[in-house]
Amino acid sequence: MNLIIQFGETFFATILDVIPIVLIIFGFQWFVIRRPMPNMTKVITGFVLVLVGLSCFLIGLEKALFPLGKLMAQQLTDPSFIAEGLSATTQALQWHDYKWVYLFAFMIGFSTTIAEPSLIAVAMKASKVSGGAISIWGLRIAVGFGVAIGISLGTFRIVTGTPLEYYIMVGYIIVVIQTFFAPRLIIALAYDSGGVTTSTVTVPLVAALGLGLASTVPGRSAVLDGFGLIAFASLFPMITVMAYAQISERRSKVKHNRSKGD
Amino acid sequence: MKKQFQAFLHSLTNSFRDLAPIIIVIVFFQTVVLQQSIPNVSEILIGTFLVALGLSLFIQGLEMGLFPVGEAMAFALAKKGSIFWLFAFAFALGFGTTLAEPALIAVAAEAAEVAAGGGMIEPTDAAKSNYASGLRFTVALSVGLSIMLGVLRILKGWPIHYLIIGGYVCIVVMTGFAPKEIIGIAYDSGGVTTSTITVPLVTALGIGLASSIKGRNPMIDGFGLIAFASLMPILFVMAYGMVLLS
Repeated sequence: MNLIIQFGETFFATILDVIPIVLIIFGFQWFVIRRPMPNMTKVITGFVLVLVGLSCFLIGLEKALFPLGKLMAQQLTDPSFIAEGLSATTQALQWHDYKWVYLFAFMIGFSTTIAEPSLIAVAMKASKVSGGAISIWGLRIAVGFGVAIGISLGTFRIVTGTPLEYYIMVGYIIVVIQTFFAPRLIIALAYDSGGVTTSTVTVPLVAALGLGLASTVPGRSAVLDGFGLIAFASLFPMITVMAYAQISERRSKVKHNRSKGD
Repeated sequence: MKKQFQAFLHSLTNSFRDLAPIIIVIVFFQTVVLQQSIPNVSEILIGTFLVALGLSLFIQGLEMGLFPVGEAMAFALAKKGSIFWLFAFAFALGFGTTLAEPALIAVAAEAAEVAAGGGMIEPTDAAKSNYASGLRFTVALSVGLSIMLGVLRILKGWPIHYLIIGGYVCIVVMTGFAPKEIIGIAYDSGGVTTSTITVPLVTALGIGLASSIKGRNPMIDGFGLIAFASLMPILFVMAYGMVLLS
C-alpha cells in the first residue's frame, strides 16, 4: 500500500518536471510548425513509458540504493572508523588514512555512472551516428573512469583542503592540450560527456559523500567545502573520453599498418 | 506479442547488468570493509527490481518518444527556414527545462544557506529564498542562451573547441574576481543543469539539425549542445555573485 502511494507521489513529481518540456514541444508543434507530429500515438506511448520508467527508477533508488549508500558514505567518513585501522599513538589523521574513502569514491563514481540513464541515451545516439565506430560500452566505460577519477580526486581535495580552482584549472589545461591531439570526430562528444554524467543516480550519493567528509574532517566547513565534487565529475570524463578515442585510433592505426605489411 | 515480451525481457536483463556494479560495490564495502550485515534485504531486492524495470521502460520510451520528437522538431524547424523560431525553440527548451529542474532547486537552496552563513546576504528566510530563486533564474537564462549559441554554432559550422576554450579562459579570469563563496557553487551548477529528460531531447535536436543542414557532419557538429549548457552557467553564476556583492 505504502509503495503505491509512494509511486503516485513520485509519478506526479516526474510529471511536473516534464510539463514544461511537453508544453514547449506541443506549443511549437501547434503554433509554429502547424502540422501534426508524425507517429503521434507512438510518440505519446514513448513519453508515457519514459514517465513510468523514470518514476520506477527513482522509487527503486530511494528504496534500495540511496539509504544504504548514504549510510555507508557517513560510516566510511566517520573519524572513529578511519582511526580504527591505525595505531593508537598517532594523533591527527593524515590524508592517506582516508584510503577507503578514496576507493569508495572511485568505485561508486564508476558504478553509478554506468547506470546513469542520460549517459546511456547519449551513448546510444553516438554509436548510431558514428556507424558503430564509437561503441556504447566503450563510451560508457570511458566516462565511468572519468567520473571515478574525478570523484576520488575530489574527496582527496576535501580531505587536504586545497583550493578547488587549482584542480579545475589544471584539468582545463589538460583538456585544451588533448583537444589538439584527439581525433576531430570525438571532440564535441567528449565535451558533451562532461555534462551528462551527473544526474539522477550519481548526484545524491556523491553529495552525501562530500557532505559527510566536509563535516567530519577537522577544519573543513560542510557548506564551503562540500561543493565541488560535481565539478570534478563533469571535468574528468572529457579527459578520459578523449584519451579513449586517442587510444582506439592508435590501435586501429597499428592494426592497419600491420595488415599493410602482410 | 510474444516477440515484444522477449525483447522486453532482454532489455530487463541488460538493465540488471547495468546495475550489477553498484550492487557489487555496496555489498563489498558493507561486508568486507565496514564488516556489517546488509539491512532490509527484501526492501533492497524490491528496490533493485524497480530500478531495473524503470531503466528498461525509460530506454524503450527514449527510442519511441524522446529521440524521434527531438529530431522531428529539428527537421521541421530547419525546413521552415526561420532562424527566429529555431532560436526561440532552443531558448525555450533550455530555459523552461532548467527552471523546473529538481536538482537545481536543491542546489540553489543549499547555496542560499552557504551565502547566508558567509555573510553575503541577510540570514533571513526572505533573503535566502530571494537569492535561491535569483540563482535558479540566472542558471536557467544561461542554459537557454547556451542552447541558442549551440544551435547558432551548428548553423554556422564553427569548430566547437575555440568556443569552449574561450569559455574556459573567461572562467579562469572570472574566478580571480568572483566572491569565494560562489565559486564552488558556480562550478557545480554546470553539472546539475541537464536532466535525464533534457539530455536525450537536446542531443536529438543537435543531431537532427546537423543532419538536415547540408555540409554538416552530425558527429562533429551535432554534439556539443550539452557542453555549452554545462559551461555557461559557471560564468553566469559567478557574474551573479559579483553583481550581488558590488
